[in-house]
Parts: sequence; C-alpha cells; structure tokens
Amino acid sequence: MQKTRHVYELLRPVYILGEAAVAGPKEGEGPLGSCFQMVTVDDMLQQKSYEKAECIMMERAIDLALAEAVVSNEEVSFMLAGDLLNQIITANFTARFTKIPFLGLYGACSTMAETLLLGSLLLSGGYGRYALCATSSHFSTAERQYRQPLEMGIQRPPFSQWTVTAAGAAVLGVQGTHQPRVTHVCVGEVIDLGITDPNNMGAAMAPAAAHTLLTFFTESGFRPEDFDYIITGDLGTVGSDLLRQLLQEHSLELGQRHFDCGVEIFRGVEGTHAGGSGCGCSASVLNGYFLPRMARREIHRLLFAATGALLSPTTTLQKESIPGICQAVVIEEGAAC
Amino acid sequence: MDFRQDTDKRNQAAYAAMVKQASPNSPILLNCLKAFLVGGIICCIGQFIGQLARGPLEMDAKLAGSFTSVVMVFIGATLTGVGIYDRIGTWAGAGSAVPITGFANSMVSPAIEFNREGLILGTGAKIFTIAGPVITCGVTASLVAGIIELIRMRLGG
Repeated sequence: MQKTRHVYELLRPVYILGEAAVAGPKEGEGPLGSCFQMVTVDDMLQQKSYEKAECIMMERAIDLALAEAVVSNEEVSFMLAGDLLNQIITANFTARFTKIPFLGLYGACSTMAETLLLGSLLLSGGYGRYALCATSSHFSTAERQYRQPLEMGIQRPPFSQWTVTAAGAAVLGVQGTHQPRVTHVCVGEVIDLGITDPNNMGAAMAPAAAHTLLTFFTESGFRPEDFDYIITGDLGTVGSDLLRQLLQEHSLELGQRHFDCGVEIFRGVEGTHAGGSGCGCSASVLNGYFLPRMARREIHRLLFAATGALLSPTTTLQKESIPGICQAVVIEEGAAC
Repeated sequence: MDFRQDTDKRNQAAYAAMVKQASPNSPILLNCLKAFLVGGIICCIGQFIGQLARGPLEMDAKLAGSFTSVVMVFIGATLTGVGIYDRIGTWAGAGSAVPITGFANSMVSPAIEFNREGLILGTGAKIFTIAGPVITCGVTASLVAGIIELIRMRLGG
C-alpha cells in the first residue's frame, strides 16, 4: 500500500516507445544541436505568425514521435499537452488535428515532466493503451506575452534567461521491452519564497526544485548515487547555483550528476546569459538527447525534474511573487534484448 | 531552509540574500561607458543635423529644432524597422534608449510586433504600450510645472 504523499512507484512500468525533439535555429547551433531530430531553418516556418509556427513545431514533434513508436493517432488514448501561451493555445490548436482524446495541461516550463507523470499514472493504472505527451515553447511568442516587443532595444540583466524555441513529444505505452521506462513519479508542491523579479526565474524556481528533490529522496529511498543523471529543466546558472546551496543545507549533494537543460542547451551561445528556459528547453533535451542515449544503453537511470515558474504578466505588474513548481519522473533503461 | 512562505517570513529574507549573492550584477561601469559613447554619437548626429538646418538650409532656431527631432525620429524608426536598433540597444542600453531615437524605437517596435493582430486593434492599440506611460508622466509633470509657474507669476506680480 502506498504510504507516501508525493512519490508513487508505478504498479507496472510505462515504456517510452517513441520520442522526438524539434528545435529552432539558435538551439540547433548550440552544443546539443546535433541531437535534435529536426532543426528548423528559421523560426517562422513560412507561417503568418510565430504562434502558428510554434503549433507546426509541436505537430512535427508529435508526428515524429508517433512514427518512431509505430503507433497511429487512432490507437492513442490520451494526448497530454501544454505550453507557455495564454489559454495554452499551442497545445489546444495542435490538438485540432491530432484527433486524439485531449487533456490540456499547464505547468509552465515543467510541462514535459507533468505530462509524462500523468500519462504514466494513467497507463499504469490500467487506463488507455497509449498516451502522447507533448509540449513546446517559442522565443518570439513567449517574449511578446511576458516581456517586450522583439525589436525593442533593451539590455537584459545578466541573470535573465532566453526562451528556447523547441518542441518535444513522447509516446507512452504499457507494452514494451527494451525501451526506456518510467518507474516512479514525484508530484511536486507549489513553493514560493517571495521572488518578484520576472527576469530571475531561476531564483524563483530553485526552491521548488529543492523541495521536490528532497521529498523524492526522502520518500522513495533512492539516493543520488542511484542515478546517472539528475536533470533539472531550466534553472539556468543562477538557479542551479541556488539549488546546490539549498540542497547543501539539507546535506544533499547532487555533484557531477546534476545536469540543467537550460545551462547546457545554450552553453557557449552568445547573449543567452544564464541559459535557456521554456517548456521546449527540458522537453527537447530529454527527448532529443537523453532518451536516445538511454536507448543506446549509455545511461541506466535518470531523474527528470523539470521546473516551472507559475507567473503571468498580470501578477508581475501587480507585484506578486512568483510561485514555482517541480515535477519529477524516474526513467530507467528497459530490459536488455 | 523551510520552504513554507507563510510560516516564517525570515525564510524569504534569508533566501532573498542568497539570491542577491548568486545573481551576477550588471557591469555598471562598462554599461555607462557604452551608453556614454553611443548616446554621445547619437547626440552628435542630432547636433550635426541641427547645424545643417540652421546653416545651409537657412532655418530659424525653432524650426531647426523641430526639423532635427523629425529627422532623428525618422532614423530611429527606420533602424527599428530593418531590425538594427534592437542590436544597438542590446549593446548600448540607456545610450540608445534615452535619446529621441529610442522614443521612436519604443513606438515602432510594438507597432511591428502587434501588426498581426490587425492595424487598428493590434498596431493601433499597442503602439503606445511602452511610450504611453512616458508621455502620461511627461504631460502630468508639465501640468504641475505649469501650475507652479502660474502661482509664482501671480504672487511675484
């Protein structure tokens, strides 16, 4: 019987049968650029608006993931998707074409982990055959909603982050063998330590990441050494530093196995300051970089803990602090062939 | 550190201090130098256009001032439209934001951005999102200054 309130071991493992990442040109030039299944030539994709372009990116990621899983749209029981835009329009509008029973989710930049978490719970609980998890973000759509017009000449503070233009999708199923599989999930709590600067999202999210990781290791009995990688979504350099300090206070050391997608996706890319952010950041790195590596048996077990800053332009103007959330899933390699 | 915001306000203060420590500061001195350089160049261009207006174009001082503003706004708007001004702004900061070219940039950039939502409800509605507050403050300040001046004149006779 389950005694913990945050961590759940799945009754039966849920396999990740197919995954795909589609990234924009700037992300393609970054150090992980060669990992993404598709890198677009521009960020407009011959569409009339950036919002439409973002939808196309999510659609492509979904198509590629379904193709890799060799699963058709008609077989999928749930589409779990979300994004950063108001009314999660990218996910909603993309779902018009997928013809899959749809559940829209919002977890800001933690959305990939949230969709994987819920999809795994549903399938493991015996509901549905396949679940499709997808998310995306686009620099130009996020920027106009949360910040300034693109052509506005302003200096960004050195701790600010750059929204990643990318989409990621994964197809979950209960019937698998050698594919990576989700074994545990950890549902995070909303944590707010009073950060009000919308430019410092790493600082706003680090406490949530620390809380979820501490809770996970306490409740599950796992130790950091059990993982090859402990992956955070988009804390950036500042947030990663803060996470390390917060965990140190509780004597938890992640060491070299900590990997922040936001830091790594733009490592060495000029003008991105503290690193990448956005739903597409952790989604593209997990689906483009980590899961294929796990399929090649280079990684045995990883903890994917994506964080989200749950702010809105309205709350920012009203000087409200920024709540953070962190959802986590444990992914293990499948049985050897 | 406890993660409950409501249980202990000291948590917030302690975390705020931790964040301040961890967040890199803007290179203020370097930014000031860049702003001085670019702002200075923009003002020199303005001065040159002003001299041109008064000299070869034979305008009086008042007309030359207006002429200079118009030309500078035109330059700022054009550079915004072709996607150069935001690059200058990223490097120069206040140096390109404070002169009148920056004002043009703050009007034209939302105009381009929201063009997709239509000419009237997109561009028309959003064109003043950045410049609007500045104009409101400017008009209010001039109103207050005007009243003070009026009182001073009446009292002083």
